Amino acid sequence: MAYPSAAQSPPARQPSVKVILASADVQRVVDRIAHQILEKTQGAQQTVLLGIPTRGAPLAKRLAARISAFEDVAVPVGVLDITLYRDDLRRQATRAVGPTQLPPGGIDGKRVVLVDDVLFSGRTVRAALDALNDIGRPASVQLAVLVDRGHRELPIRADYVGKNIPTSLAESVKVTLAETDGADEVRLYGEGPAL
Amino acid sequence: MTAYLIKNVSVVGAAPTDLLIRDGVVAETGAGLTAPDATVVDATGLVALPGLVDLHTHLREPGREDAETVETGSRAAALGGYTAVCAMANTSPVADTAGVVEQVWRLGREAGLVDVQPIGAVTVGLAGEHLAELGAMADSAARVRIFSDDGHCVADPKLMRRALEYVKAFDGIIAQHAEEPRLTEGAQMHEGEVSTRLGLTGWPAVAEEAIIARDVLLAEHVGSRLHVCHVSTAGSVEVLRQAKARGVRVTAEVTPHHLLLTDARAETYDPVFKVNPPLRTETDIAALRAALADGVIDIIATDHAPHAVEDKECEWAYARPGMLGLETALSIAIDVFGGDWDLIAERMSRTPARIAGLDGHGVDPAPGVPANLTLVDPAARRVVEPAELASRSRNTPYARMTLPGRIVATFLRGEPTVLDGKAVK
Amino acid sequence: MIRHLLSGADLDAATATEILDTAAEMATVAGREVKKLPALRGRTVVNLFYEDSTRTRISFEAAAKRLSADVINFSAKGSSVTKGESLKDTALTLQAMGADAVVVRHPASGAPHRLADWVDGSVVNAGDGTHEHPTQALLDAYTMRSRLGRLAGLSVAVVGDVLHSRVARSNVLLLSTLGAKVTLVGPPTLIPVDIAAALAPGTDVSYDLDAVLPQSDVVMMLRVQRERMNDSYFPSAREYARRYGLDGSRMRRLPEHAIVMHPGPMNRGMEITPEVADSARSTIVEQVANGVSVRMAVLYLLLGGNNR
Repeated sequence: MAYPSAAQSPPARQPSVKVILASADVQRVVDRIAHQILEKTQGAQQTVLLGIPTRGAPLAKRLAARISAFEDVAVPVGVLDITLYRDDLRRQATRAVGPTQLPPGGIDGKRVVLVDDVLFSGRTVRAALDALNDIGRPASVQLAVLVDRGHRELPIRADYVGKNIPTSLAESVKVTLAETDGADEVRLYGEGPAL
Repeated sequence: MTAYLIKNVSVVGAAPTDLLIRDGVVAETGAGLTAPDATVVDATGLVALPGLVDLHTHLREPGREDAETVETGSRAAALGGYTAVCAMANTSPVADTAGVVEQVWRLGREAGLVDVQPIGAVTVGLAGEHLAELGAMADSAARVRIFSDDGHCVADPKLMRRALEYVKAFDGIIAQHAEEPRLTEGAQMHEGEVSTRLGLTGWPAVAEEAIIARDVLLAEHVGSRLHVCHVSTAGSVEVLRQAKARGVRVTAEVTPHHLLLTDARAETYDPVFKVNPPLRTETDIAALRAALADGVIDIIATDHAPHAVEDKECEWAYARPGMLGLETALSIAIDVFGGDWDLIAERMSRTPARIAGLDGHGVDPAPGVPANLTLVDPAARRVVEPAELASRSRNTPYARMTLPGRIVATFLRGEPTVLDGKAVK
Repeated sequence: MIRHLLSGADLDAATATEILDTAAEMATVAGREVKKLPALRGRTVVNLFYEDSTRTRISFEAAAKRLSADVINFSAKGSSVTKGESLKDTALTLQAMGADAVVVRHPASGAPHRLADWVDGSVVNAGDGTHEHPTQALLDAYTMRSRLGRLAGLSVAVVGDVLHSRVARSNVLLLSTLGAKVTLVGPPTLIPVDIAAALAPGTDVSYDLDAVLPQSDVVMMLRVQRERMNDSYFPSAREYARRYGLDGSRMRRLPEHAIVMHPGPMNRGMEITPEVADSARSTIVEQVANGVSVRMAVLYLLLGGNNR
């Protein structure tokens, strides 16, 4: 990619980076969501956590681990790849399909909690709901996200939100997790050239 | 009849001189000639060659006038520097009677761009079963001397022997398409690494070599003249070398495409590269070039084989074999042999004229000689554009290749057929 | 991403592995309540078959439909002699119909290559003449990987009429790319010239099936047409079966873990006996099921994104 040279373009606005959640914050937020899930699901009975790749998958595992630490219940965890259900498949080169792993008991009649890192337009969640529809028939579906940055394009809201971050469309939110990126952190990138 | 004064031309590579052409012959040669009534052609930097003679041309008329006619093929020949072509017999109807060969001969005369010398079929309908009326064709106005079932091999050894013997009566020659048919059933391309990869049925070199070996023995046995069409393999060269060393009266031709292109061209499955015999390997090309240089192979012949678009824009296996050659042959020869003009004149004019018995052709320009000659610009380079060819067909394997040399003018018995690189009619 | 799938040589190790991995995900769809994915909604896949091959056509059709593509079956069977519409004219017709992919089966080697020059959409070679059948090789590789856990380092014997086999050519190319060692076994008349140089340098040739079997992890039996004996490739069906057929006693020479494959349709009693075909080592039925998953993966990878 060619970057515009300073001589040709007006002075670029300085990019800004702001750490919204540091490592310890992320852990606290995950703990809180785990408590909330326990509270709203009567002790996580008949509940299945499905993480949406990439970072929803480890988040779901962490939530399950915290839930079992708090209340000694084993919550089944799975992975739901939504690639084939995306509405923007044709806007770029073919995306690689990731694995979908359902827990042994399946999802029929269960309360499914979808887990993702960032809730933004809602299109990913829409794709996940479509995928769920083809896979089975849960009793109900809930949504847990680490960050809600607003700007919904579909009538979708989260049941559990780790942190609401008001953003402008020019800003971007980046979640990193120890499992996928080496460290836990949530950053907000301000206006300016992409980093 | 207009006289032409060709100024500063190098005759077959010699120092520049002038040629005065008058009344169909070269009237005078020498530096500083003047002739007030003559049209002057400035030939500075050009080479004069005796008009080229093609022993192997498919003109497709009668029968496939959509692919080529005697007239369009003659124009392509003139533009390629030719003054005589031998028209193969595999027309529809087949040129296996005096009537058909005379028709082709007459069409050639009417077109008036090159001398068209018909070749007669060896067997009726090219079917390989009964001898055609060879004597009648020899005695016809077309005065046929070369007989060939080209496209098919005269595979039956008894029939081949009889044909070789029979034509001795009128100094005829049998031009054999050497292809053992049982070894090439369904064959699509050279049998080798590439055919294995492409899953196309192989045409083994031995199918050609076995027939040439048989035929030189037959020709030796009956003391007849044999001509071998489109030799394509290194093994064939060795068979011919031994036969010639023994004194067998055999001559052989190679096509321009077999001197330049390999079977790797088939990788695109574009049937423009499908030809019979098929394109071979680098090893074969090297052997063919060496044989042409040392005389084991006597001549370059084009095997100009025009085909309609629908016979080439299709699956490889369904396409007809053959490629255009008349308008590019000299360029390929220059590409292969550089500026060895004497060798080029020998292999593309003098020897083929001698084999075919064409009086007045294949003679270097000199006072008193019929003015059948062509002027070549050896420094020019051109990009082959199929749509610009004079042939009615477009199946040139050299599309968009840059080739050396350009024909500037061609004279047939003193009349220009090509001037300024363009056909006169 | 590749635009067409014409040959096993079109696939490098990374792309081939991606197809196999994707196929594994596609396979899970077969076990679901709704056996359908929306990924190719609004895309049109044309099955252009110049030869009868119901099993291959149905496999591609099922694959395309499971991905929600629209499928048009275009049976263009006809001999070259009674040539009807030319391949080029057919290509222009498909182009006008807006075909996003053309799956072509053709008796002439290279016909899919020609087609690819004439249409804008992707072309998938579903078997051309005696040339290639790359999706068969992919499903074979998928089957080997799921049974044996890996491809790299496997010894695969491909037995029979290699000369006329498009399955063999594609398998040699693909398996070599993925690190398996292929030995071609058959009578010398049915092994094409220069096969290793033509396809993959490490490929071995043997005329002795019994010697090859004990070292093989996989034996792939090719269909041998009885008509070949009329063209002197071998003297009789009986002699062929005796020297190159896989029966129970030969099968027992294989290592314990080895599997037996066949692309179908089988000539029972010719290249393979019922005892072998129906044994636990046989993967013949799995191969059919895997065919749909692999073809889904291929269609998705060719058509799923904006690969123009």
